[in-house]
Amino acid sequence: MKKSRFGPWIAVTIGILYFLLPLLATFEFSLKMKRGIYSFEAYRVVLADPHFQASFTYSTVMALLTIVLGILIIVPTVYWVQLRLPHLRPIIEFITLLPLVIPAIVLVFGYLRMYNSSSWLPLTGSAETTNILLLFAYVTLALPYIYRAVDTGMRAIDVRTLTEAAESLGASSWTILIKIVLPNVRVAVLSGAFLTFAIVIGEFTIASLLDRPVFGTYLQLMGANRAYEPSALAIIAFAVTWAAMVLMQVVGRDRRAAKPAH
Amino acid sequence: MAYLELKSIKKSFGLTQVVKSFDLAVDKGEFVSFLGPSGCGKTTVLRMIAGFETASSGTIEVDGQEISHLPPAKRKIGMVFQAYALFPNMTVAQNVGFGLKLAGIPAEETRVRVAEMLEMIKLPHLGDRYPYQLSGGQQQRVALARALAVRPKILLLDEPLSALDAKIRVSLREEIRALQREMGITTIFVTHDQEEALSISDRIVVMHEGIADQIGTPFEIYNTPKTKFAASFVGTLNLLEATVVDPGLSRLSIDGHEVTSTSPITAPVGAKCTVALRPEAVVIGPAHSSDRNQMVGTAEEISFLGAVVRVRVRFGDHAVSIDTFNDPNTPPPLRGTHVAVTFRREDLLVLESSGTNPPAGAATARRHEMA
Ligand SMILES: Nc1ncnc2c1ncn2[C@@H]1O[C@H](COP(=O)(O)OP(=O)(O)OP(=O)(O)O)[C@@H](O)[C@H]1O
Ligand SMILES: [Mg+2]
Repeated sequence: MKKSRFGPWIAVTIGILYFLLPLLATFEFSLKMKRGIYSFEAYRVVLADPHFQASFTYSTVMALLTIVLGILIIVPTVYWVQLRLPHLRPIIEFITLLPLVIPAIVLVFGYLRMYNSSSWLPLTGSAETTNILLLFAYVTLALPYIYRAVDTGMRAIDVRTLTEAAESLGASSWTILIKIVLPNVRVAVLSGAFLTFAIVIGEFTIASLLDRPVFGTYLQLMGANRAYEPSALAIIAFAVTWAAMVLMQVVGRDRRAAKPAH
Repeated sequence: MAYLELKSIKKSFGLTQVVKSFDLAVDKGEFVSFLGPSGCGKTTVLRMIAGFETASSGTIEVDGQEISHLPPAKRKIGMVFQAYALFPNMTVAQNVGFGLKLAGIPAEETRVRVAEMLEMIKLPHLGDRYPYQLSGGQQQRVALARALAVRPKILLLDEPLSALDAKIRVSLREEIRALQREMGITTIFVTHDQEEALSISDRIVVMHEGIADQIGTPFEIYNTPKTKFAASFVGTLNLLEATVVDPGLSRLSIDGHEVTSTSPITAPVGAKCTVALRPEAVVIGPAHSSDRNQMVGTAEEISFLGAVVRVRVRFGDHAVSIDTFNDPNTPPPLRGTHVAVTFRREDLLVLESSGTNPPAGAATARRHEMA
């Protein structure tokens, strides 16, 4: 009995060390830009770099657009599948899993073949249309996460009866979606959104091959050419991702909106 | 002219016909219950009226207007569900005001109407609560207020009380009835509880395998069930197998006893038919006049129920349950003794065959009682 008390602790400690040590080492290194003393000089340099600001803003905007577009596509889809086409659920589920099993590199090569400047829809022709293509790619990447979150959230409420109750009170489908369904899956939607944010902020493969100035490519560029700044950037990126995860947990704890009727 | 009229409504899901030619005319302000066993199509008919299902054929008219083509949101028909179905993200007041807001009623008027409705359901102080902060009974009242707030033409309730415990069920059904009378709203109430249906309805539709077996007032349904199914489902009737002796004189034979009914008999001599006898219509003791039917059997079981004593008397193949009021001066017969029982000719009901047999459950229950 005594032994089993220590077993878990040892496992947890090893786990924590495994994840924390590199992080701490990176953090420590990022503080050593000025010779002999610890300082936040590397952070100051990075944050003042206009390329950092531009790429971080670009990625943030991309992430927000991905979230909005993803929600606009997925929430109504899940709703209709649940309400009217339950037999399609396995198919939809399979489709939403595809982005997890198809590597991003395959996806982007597919895109490049389909939408190159000599194709029937030359999306890679200009920066603006490539941005759109990147957005679509990100929505695809986010699909499994948003879908799963929304689907779970919607199963927790009796969508069908709530819909019928609202209909009998004179509500249109649109009203029901906005006023009843969305508020009740708000927590699920938000957690999907934060996850998406974290994924998009750190995405590199697709953006790099589409040659878009995202945070990930900036990170890679700095990593190749500088010593201390990449460590500072890694810590910043980690902090952003981590903040997104914490927020996801926090909203997930608000049970008010998703309480079933009984 | 009827306010709500269903004309030969049929509904099939795939190959199974769930509702088979259903006709019903409900007057304005009337309270009609659908009573029937599980799976007989009560919910399906209700959902067709609400517009959540489309009838395979037939028409539905409200106030002289055909509504079959209208979507649920345009029908102005209120609905209360077994599972309450309050919107979890809204407060009680927002739930009740939801339909008013959609109808474009100004905020101030909505506020007043919501307060009125909450007053009516006796929850005036709970407007700011969320549904999960209410008990089941309170939630169902709010659902009722929400449905009634928009003053619908018709109110539909699908087993609104079955998720509640027995005590609240009784008090809430009386409240629903009182509210319905007060607002004068045409109402259809679905239940599989015969006591519930008998106690609050103007009329009852006894449903069985997708048809309306009998439509009538609780008094008619209870006292003069038309079909074997209605008889077996409502009340605790004795159902007996009889042989026709003389159709013209309505004479029948039950286990060798010749008896007379006042119901007309269409079956030929020697045919079998089912007759019903209410437990409280039978009296123990020999006949004092010749126009009462008399049968002699053996007292098989005596259950003392307090005010009522239920005696089971066996005649050959059949046993009949008899309810008598407890009288301290006349003790019930002893087990195993011979007893004579009598009943009026009018109380012996000859039932129409409904074409179908009662569901297995009902038939077994009956057989068990008579065995
Ligand atoms: N959407 C559907 N698809 C296929 N069959 C259905 C559907 N809805 C109902 N049915 C069938 O129709 C029959 C009647 O169902 P309905 O829900 O109307 O019964 P009910 O009288 O309300 O029963 P209960 O008392 O159990 O609620 C049942 O046999 C049911 O299986
Ligand atoms: Mg039902």
